[in-house]
Amino acid sequence: MQNNNLAQLELPTVMGKQFAEIPDDLFIPPNALEVCLEKFSGPLDLLLYLIRKENIDILDLNVSEITEQYLEYIELMDSLKFELAADYLVMAATLAEIKSRLMLPKESFEDEEDDPRASLIKRLQEYQRFKTVSEKIAILPRVDRDFFVASAKLPKLDEIESSEVLISKDDIFSAITEVINRPNYKSSHLIDFEELSTQERIQILLELLNKTNIISFSKTLKKPEGKKGVVVTLLASLELAKDGYVELIQNKSEELFIKSSRSI
Amino acid sequence: MEIKTINSVEAILLGSGRPMRLSELKNILENSGLVIELSDIKRSINELEERYQDTSLEITEVASGFRLQIKDDHSPSLNLLWNEKTPRISKALMETISIIAYKQPVTRGDIEDIRGITVSTRSIRSLLERNWIKVSGYRDIPGRPALYVTTKEFLNDLNLKNISDLPKLPEIEEAEEKDILSQAV
Repeated sequence: MQNNNLAQLELPTVMGKQFAEIPDDLFIPPNALEVCLEKFSGPLDLLLYLIRKENIDILDLNVSEITEQYLEYIELMDSLKFELAADYLVMAATLAEIKSRLMLPKESFEDEEDDPRASLIKRLQEYQRFKTVSEKIAILPRVDRDFFVASAKLPKLDEIESSEVLISKDDIFSAITEVINRPNYKSSHLIDFEELSTQERIQILLELLNKTNIISFSKTLKKPEGKKGVVVTLLASLELAKDGYVELIQNKSEELFIKSSRSI
Repeated sequence: MEIKTINSVEAILLGSGRPMRLSELKNILENSGLVIELSDIKRSINELEERYQDTSLEITEVASGFRLQIKDDHSPSLNLLWNEKTPRISKALMETISIIAYKQPVTRGDIEDIRGITVSTRSIRSLLERNWIKVSGYRDIPGRPALYVTTKEFLNDLNLKNISDLPKLPEIEEAEEKDILSQAV
């Protein structure tokens, strides 16, 4: 009777074969176990699962068998989720206690009230009522999952937090005097690009000298550059002469020649 | 029934986006200068129900009043639209809310007694944040633990009108209780 709704927990099926227990040779990565144990919402849930697995009624609970299975699970959990295991350990202790009491001669709990299993069975039954009903509630139509509210409501705007600020007149005064008396760090200056760079001109001269070995100064000039061009070129050739790359030759003809010194 | 009244009721339902009581609707309409009876509003709602028959809308009555909903034939497409916004509720949380619903008012300890496991602050907070439960008082025992009850919001969200509309809590099967002894290990 009860088994019908109890049997809803499906056993994993691999290649058509149902597995009631985890195969011994199965490699389980530690994180997977955590997930597997999270499936249970508590020690009672785990107990119920073990009972269902045996396909027996709660009332027929065989404590010693269940205790052993339960402890196997606890051992699995123990190393992984200690915090969670605390409640499970309490249950393990309860089971062990019941088991030990059941080993005593039967006369010692002749009275129905004294059945050591009674309170555990009661708890399991009580828990099962709520577990069953919670499963029913979980599948009731739920807003934003199974149905939606129609609305032309204005969207919720994020409220700007208006925390009250306490400022005195004096605070404002000292702030403004501070601002007024603040030294003026601002001064503007223009940054110009170097239109004609000496460095660049050195390169150009070197390239020219590579080709011709000697060149007259006036030939390296470009008209649009004007006076500045002359100055830069002169600087460049002086620079080169200083470092010994070129020789500057000026005869009486007033024309200045730049001669590569390497080819000498 | 004047069409203007019906439309006004519709406008408020649409604009509120939440369940509205008949008296709430009446208040708003009266404040906007309409002379109206509660029965007129009820009739307007009936008219609207009729009007919506061939549309995607419907009016449902839940714990906090009447509200406009989208007929659930359209839920699959709306689910695609709002996919990310529907948070899952864990098994444990579902058990907790169920215990509160059927045993209210309860303390956290009561829930733990039934579930056999510590109820985390996080799960209680998550139910409070959902507005599914609220604190109704404190039990007069050492520590004065908070007593939790379910809210109308909880019923609204499950499309229910009364707490009694929840599924019936199964009875404990007391059959063959005498057998407990004979079944001993």
